[in-house]
Amino acid sequence: MADPIRWARYRWQRLVSTEGRDGSSSSFSCDKCYQSSKMSGRHRIVIPCLGHFKEEYEKVSKLYMNNRIRTTKYTLFNFIPRNLFEQFHRAANLYFLFLVVLNWVPLVEAFQKEITMLPLVVVLTIIAIKDGLEDYSKYKLDKQINNLLTKVYSRQEKKYIDQCWKDVNVGDFIRLSCNEIIPADMVLLYSTDPDGICHIETASLDGETNLKQRQVVKGYTEQVSEIDPEKFSSRIECESPNNDLSRFRGFVEHSNKERVGLSRENLLLRGCTIRNTEAVVGIVVYAGHETKTMLNNSGPRYKRSKLERRVNTDVLWCVLLLILMCLIGAFGHGIWLSSYPEIPLFNVPEPDGKFTPPALAGFYMFWTMIILLQVLIPISLYVSIEVVKLGQIYLIQNDIDLYDEKTDSTIQCRALNIAEDLGQIQYIFSDKTGTLTENKMVFRRCSIAGQEYCHEENAKRLESYQEADSDEDLAGTLCGSLSRMPKKKVHSCRTASGPLNQLADGSSALGGEEGASDVPHSRHVAFSSPIETDVVPDAQLLEKFSQISSHSDALSEETDREPSLETVYIADFFLALAICNTVVVSAPNQPRQKMRLSSVGRMPIKSLEEIKQMFQRLSVRRLSSSPVPSAKESSSESPSTFVSKLSIFRVKLASPAMEGVAQMAKDPGASDSPKCPKHCDAGSSLKQSPISNLCYEAESPDEAALVHAAKAYKCTLQSRTPDQVTVDLAALGPLTFQLLHILPFDSVRKRMSVVVRHPLSNKVVVYTKGADSVIMDLLRAAPAELEQKNIKERTQKHLDDYARRGLRTLCIAKKVMSDEEYAEWLNSHFLAETSIDNKEELLLESAMKLETKLTLLGATGIEDRLQEGVPDTIEALRKAGIKIWMLTGDKQETAVNIACACRLLEPDDKIYTLKSLSKDACALLMNTILEDIQKTMYARKNHSSKIMSIFQAPSTQAPEFSASLVIDGKTLEYVLHESLQSIFLELTERCRAVVCCRATPLQKSEVVRLVRNKLKVMTLAIGDGANDVSMIQVADIGIGLSGQEGMQAVMASDFAISQFKHLSKLLLVHGHWCYTRLANMVLYFFYKNVAYVNLLFWYQFFCGFSGTSMTDYWVLIFFNLLFTSVPPIIYGILDKDISARILMQLPELYVTGQKSEVYSPPTFWITLLDAFYQSLVCFFVPYFTYRGSDIDVFSFGNPLNTAALFVILLHLLIESKTLTWIHVTIMIGSILFYFVFALTFGATCKTCNPPSNPYWTMEKHMTDPVFYLVCIITTSVALLPRYLFRVLQWTLFPSPVLKAKHLDRQTPKKQREVITKKDDRVGKCRMGFQSTSACSRSAEDTSSVRGSTDHSSYIPVSKTPFQTCPGGSSEQEASFISGLQDEFRDVNSLNCERAAFLNSSKEIYSETSGANNSCIDVPEFTFEKGNSDISLKNKAGLNCSLNDQDVLM
Amino acid sequence: MAVNYNAKEEADGHPSGGVGAAGGGAAGGVGKSRKPDNTAFKQQRLPAWQPILTAGTVLPAFFIIGLIFIPIGIGIFVTSNNIREYEIDYTGTDSSSPCNKCLNVSWNSTPPCTCTINFTLDRPFETNVFMYYGLSNFYQNHRRYVKSRDDSQLNGDNSSLINPSKECEPYRTSDNKPIAPCGAIANSMFNDTLELFRIDNDTRISIPLNKKGIAWWTDKNVKFRNPSGHTNNLTAIFQALDTTKPVNWPQPVYMLDTLEPDNNGFINEDFIVWMRTAALPTFRKLYRLIEKRDSLQPTLQAGTYSLDITYNYPVHSFDGRKRMILSTISWMGGKNPFLGIAYITVGSICFFLGVVLLVIHHKYGNRNTSADIPN
Repeated sequence: MADPIRWARYRWQRLVSTEGRDGSSSSFSCDKCYQSSKMSGRHRIVIPCLGHFKEEYEKVSKLYMNNRIRTTKYTLFNFIPRNLFEQFHRAANLYFLFLVVLNWVPLVEAFQKEITMLPLVVVLTIIAIKDGLEDYSKYKLDKQINNLLTKVYSRQEKKYIDQCWKDVNVGDFIRLSCNEIIPADMVLLYSTDPDGICHIETASLDGETNLKQRQVVKGYTEQVSEIDPEKFSSRIECESPNNDLSRFRGFVEHSNKERVGLSRENLLLRGCTIRNTEAVVGIVVYAGHETKTMLNNSGPRYKRSKLERRVNTDVLWCVLLLILMCLIGAFGHGIWLSSYPEIPLFNVPEPDGKFTPPALAGFYMFWTMIILLQVLIPISLYVSIEVVKLGQIYLIQNDIDLYDEKTDSTIQCRALNIAEDLGQIQYIFSDKTGTLTENKMVFRRCSIAGQEYCHEENAKRLESYQEADSDEDLAGTLCGSLSRMPKKKVHSCRTASGPLNQLADGSSALGGEEGASDVPHSRHVAFSSPIETDVVPDAQLLEKFSQISSHSDALSEETDREPSLETVYIADFFLALAICNTVVVSAPNQPRQKMRLSSVGRMPIKSLEEIKQMFQRLSVRRLSSSPVPSAKESSSESPSTFVSKLSIFRVKLASPAMEGVAQMAKDPGASDSPKCPKHCDAGSSLKQSPISNLCYEAESPDEAALVHAAKAYKCTLQSRTPDQVTVDLAALGPLTFQLLHILPFDSVRKRMSVVVRHPLSNKVVVYTKGADSVIMDLLRAAPAELEQKNIKERTQKHLDDYARRGLRTLCIAKKVMSDEEYAEWLNSHFLAETSIDNKEELLLESAMKLETKLTLLGATGIEDRLQEGVPDTIEALRKAGIKIWMLTGDKQETAVNIACACRLLEPDDKIYTLKSLSKDACALLMNTILEDIQKTMYARKNHSSKIMSIFQAPSTQAPEFSASLVIDGKTLEYVLHESLQSIFLELTERCRAVVCCRATPLQKSEVVRLVRNKLKVMTLAIGDGANDVSMIQVADIGIGLSGQEGMQAVMASDFAISQFKHLSKLLLVHGHWCYTRLANMVLYFFYKNVAYVNLLFWYQFFCGFSGTSMTDYWVLIFFNLLFTSVPPIIYGILDKDISARILMQLPELYVTGQKSEVYSPPTFWITLLDAFYQSLVCFFVPYFTYRGSDIDVFSFGNPLNTAALFVILLHLLIESKTLTWIHVTIMIGSILFYFVFALTFGATCKTCNPPSNPYWTMEKHMTDPVFYLVCIITTSVALLPRYLFRVLQWTLFPSPVLKAKHLDRQTPKKQREVITKKDDRVGKCRMGFQSTSACSRSAEDTSSVRGSTDHSSYIPVSKTPFQTCPGGSSEQEASFISGLQDEFRDVNSLNCERAAFLNSSKEIYSETSGANNSCIDVPEFTFEKGNSDISLKNKAGLNCSLNDQDVLM
Repeated sequence: MAVNYNAKEEADGHPSGGVGAAGGGAAGGVGKSRKPDNTAFKQQRLPAWQPILTAGTVLPAFFIIGLIFIPIGIGIFVTSNNIREYEIDYTGTDSSSPCNKCLNVSWNSTPPCTCTINFTLDRPFETNVFMYYGLSNFYQNHRRYVKSRDDSQLNGDNSSLINPSKECEPYRTSDNKPIAPCGAIANSMFNDTLELFRIDNDTRISIPLNKKGIAWWTDKNVKFRNPSGHTNNLTAIFQALDTTKPVNWPQPVYMLDTLEPDNNGFINEDFIVWMRTAALPTFRKLYRLIEKRDSLQPTLQAGTYSLDITYNYPVHSFDGRKRMILSTISWMGGKNPFLGIAYITVGSICFFLGVVLLVIHHKYGNRNTSADIPN
């Protein structure tokens, strides 16, 4: 239900704009809008670039941008200044700049001036190179786009010539052929399509691949020949460029001052592709950066991750520390100076020979110290974090497990800087449709006139499909269906489906390809995988339906004779299914018919009588003629005339009562003028074979499913144009309904209607389809009609049943109106349409007025299948301590059922439903629930307080008791009210799962915002549709599912995945890794900087706080920049604490990240303490060694420095969880680099680098054994505590992570193989079994999953499905269970290990189902590898638990 | 409400308009699967060594460290203890000291204040003896002091001689003449003269003190060089460059050692030694070598010696101390028991920790392993 909201709104706007263009009303509104825009002075005049306008043109067009685009930030000339400017917006860089400037002040100068600049220059250069490369790639793309060719009318040559996009100007005429990309926003002036329409594909704009129609400006439609730009003498006035894609207002002013309004329907947007239209001509109104597409580009979103926020606070701590140290230095220096009664020898006076007083010298010293100790602020950290994140993202994107074979898509990381947030998620907000489910709507059941039709054959078909599911989908990929498919494929399909453009050269293609490509083509379109399209009709219903053919006149004479009420109901039901939608029909291979049809499209109007006669004649003839599928050319003759007459028939049908309105609507110049279907309806109907070639392009999968269902009953939707719908009834032949109105779906009414004129009865009929809750209230409440009441009751029962089975339900109703009634309504509707203020409300009102007193026809149940692996994923995520909320627009029953199916709600959960009619009642209810939960929890807690879990989730509730909350949409509104927020949050915190039904997109985002802001937790929102966009944007991490519904969600997301199941690996593995890696790296950086800088600080105590450094400056600077920078980065990218396999199997490990265990204030301060200790050791061991000797300053610094290098690198080695050859290489490389540098520098630098000239220092030391001894002892003493700490931690207090690592390591290879093998087999087993209903499937799913991952918890879960559907699944289930038991032999070894492991960590899985502890213990402790009676025991345990389940249930 | 028809931005921040289409076309043209490579690196399955730091695994390391460090420590300690060292403080702060009279001496006092201190060596110094002077509380590592020099000048660069570096300020010029060598370090050069006599039956036998070979070879031969000129006459060269002596010096640099030309000027080894600024405020600097001449006799026999001091260097003002140190030397330099003790201590600690870990391992380690490994 969520998705229709989106398309409904879109449709709504389209309709509004279409109808707003009608005749006088449109010019009226346009004048008005023009005036209003003129008043504000915001409009542009577009003048064609032609001779007689030349002067004016030059005057005006100068003001407008041309079509050249430049998305780059920099040019070659402004790169350096601009980039610097941008970079100095960062506080960190400013700090560095400040240091550089400070160092130029002679009084405080600590280093050589140039040297302090080095880090800044390096950082700036790295960032500048990165920016530059990014910009360059943009530049190349820009250039590529700017140099695309298009045909622009040239005044000189009087024809269209090829020009680059960049040379296109406002006012140019452009001629585009099929499949060309529109270079600029232009007004459509001509289309080869005789109806003046043109199809465009907006996939590049919004990812929607269904075609959209655009309309030639009215007045130009009639032109038979192509528009001649020379003769175009009008001028166009329109709004100033804006970014509103759904709005375009303006008018064309002809030379005779006549104005014609323009609307969105006339505008071709840059970047879209022309489809199915041979050629179009348009005049450019907006070009380049002023096009709507370009104006819609905003900069990339920049999010700061939680970890980075922490880093920032800790950097502030470092600043404080720095200031403290500098203060010590300053005071120390002052005191030291003042302790001398007279100036000592070594106190050098200022250049002018004077001495600075101690206080002032201390003040200067403060600044000198800041320069000296600057490294304490880890600037390199920021650069390193960036680099590490890039590396992490690279690895995530290359994960083969996140690759989806079916769609050939892998994960897209759109936000580059929040990867580590993936490891800290506490709440997940998930959409249901398309996210948890496949959004492949499958028609499952229907109920007509109170009679249910089970469609068992269809169910069987679906079962068989499940087995072949993968194959099918593979076939589906061959001809892509939606945007998730590679573009190329879509294109190829498109070109094939629109060969009308290729008539000239494509005849061979037509002949050659057609036969083979027909069948696959029918699947190209969205929502049309075979699962959805091939509905097997219910035998009983089919029989009843075919009776219609026997009384073929039943329909036409329905009101008079009423042959059988039920038959009429059935016929009407399917007609409604076929008509009441906005599906666009296209047939890939009937191009010629369309052409001919169009050429005769406007024949003189005949009388109604004539047409009726003709209809009768034709239908007779059609029945007699045999289909000729292969010979289209020959067969096209008669149908085309037939259809042409039909179209006349349609026009003529306008009854006298509404003549005026009809006139307006049918005004040939109006945009609503008869449009021909994209493809010939009649032609295809004539030669229709059992396999239809029709493609249905539906905007929502439900619609497609219903249309396909109708088709299965030979009630085939043949064509749809804005004015008519042709339905092919097997019994009656094609019927063309005059389409009077479409009242599109919207979330307020929750229904849509079409108003048609029945071709046989000539009555106005309203077909309505919508949510049962609304439709039921709108039914005709005539008490006399017992039959109808009966139907209503029974249907309601069926509906409830459907909902319980997790089917999406829709009610179908109709209403027959008399012409008078209709005319009356039409008048009011017309008023609504033409009003300018609050048009939408009036239209809504008008629609509501129409949709009353309906007759219920029946109801449908559509199944939306769960995506593969959803229950496993949800299970794993919950074990990981993540709370999952489901926010859906669906009704409560369906939502709860899907939630059950995907194990969001467990059968033994206590489910509270929050549904109240007022705010106060809601508050009361919440209090009651809260009390109840507390009571229950208290009772249970006493029961199980002794059992503690290491892996316990941070949730507050006792693990064995879980409450779940289901909230209704209306109640959600109350709950989101400020006064109830806190109690609501308190309530939800105690609930394991929350399901929000009937939630609007806005409510979804509000819920996310509320939880995120009030609970201060990390939230993740995942969704696939436009209705999830707001939620995705609000959450800390937004994940878009590139599914069936376009790209909006993906475009708004931070990460885009193709399957919900990928979420578990993304969070549990990559999230964990990214977080741990980055957190460890950050800590290491802090440690490294503090440890190193403190060496300098300690030295100050021995040099009179004078700011001397005992290391030469180059080594000092390079130490951070070169010698110790790469290893931590490698560590940050590649370190792997636990293998992916274990992480997936033990989702509990995720808690580490949630609690920020790795990087929290305590760990930060411990790290700093360790750094202090190590620096003390590093300084004082050499100090005591060399004390009193003749060592000079830089010879003293050298061992210090070398020891520090070893300490810092070996520290990293201790902290690393894994060491690969990369680590080792980098590590050794760093050390070698240091020595090579020091030796080279020492050998060559005779007089350079004054005053800290390290000449021959290293060389001298390399021959001195004391140097080595000092380095060794220093390194050992410095690292001993950390090493010992780690050892003791491992040995005495191993954290879950460490245990898991141990497990990881100890798992023999063979067991690993067993796991993978078993997983495969279980997967297959599941696939084969995934059939009958959502609920039973969920039960199997979970059981098999549990079996594969965690034996101890397998048994409690394997309870019988909480809802069994008819269809003999119980037998299968039994066999499944026994199959699983066989599996156990393989699983055994692993389980033993796991059991032991879990047991050792006092795991309390066994508590999950309370009563059956004893049973679980059996498999847990008696499993032994190779023991023959395992299966027996196992079975015993299983049976036992199953019995328990029964008791429980 | 959500915007339903909204063009969002492309991943790379590029306009979706043209690029979307163009990019799509390009992607289609390549026709390559986007499937990531199944390589060990990209799938993060690189073979890795996972160090597990449990008591059991690190036990040997601790014992080995202990076993290696203790002998090393003992070796160093013994070596250090075998070094003979004798030290005399001749600052003269003590009123009984013979040098007390010179305590308030200033630079270049004429006539120079001299004093003699007698001392007795209880045991002979068998090998070569190094004679140091030691200064205490002298901050030769003061930042501004350390940089107050011009290395290129000292390397004999004529232009730097004429125009010394700014770092030398305020000891850069004197009377508008460039100072050679410039800077505070050179200016404050230690200028006491120490002479050693053995008193044998009231006769003072002068002990030959070698003043060459006390500086680093590279310093003397590479880093420090006299300016070159037309003549070999150092005096002429310096005078031709019109340099002047450092303020505190009694005579110019080319008269540091007039007797030996290869020890004169900038390559005077006393000067070079002084120019290598000490790392810590209490330091010693090599002054002279007493070489062993006779393989049968110790270099310095046990007995009474007298030290003649020409007391020029004022340290009293900043509470400094001056010492004369005689020391033999080993492979590890001068006498310093710290390193040996450190090694012994650390070795012992490691050994002790090894034992502790052994206990821990036996007590807890088994529990873990048994829990981890089934059967």
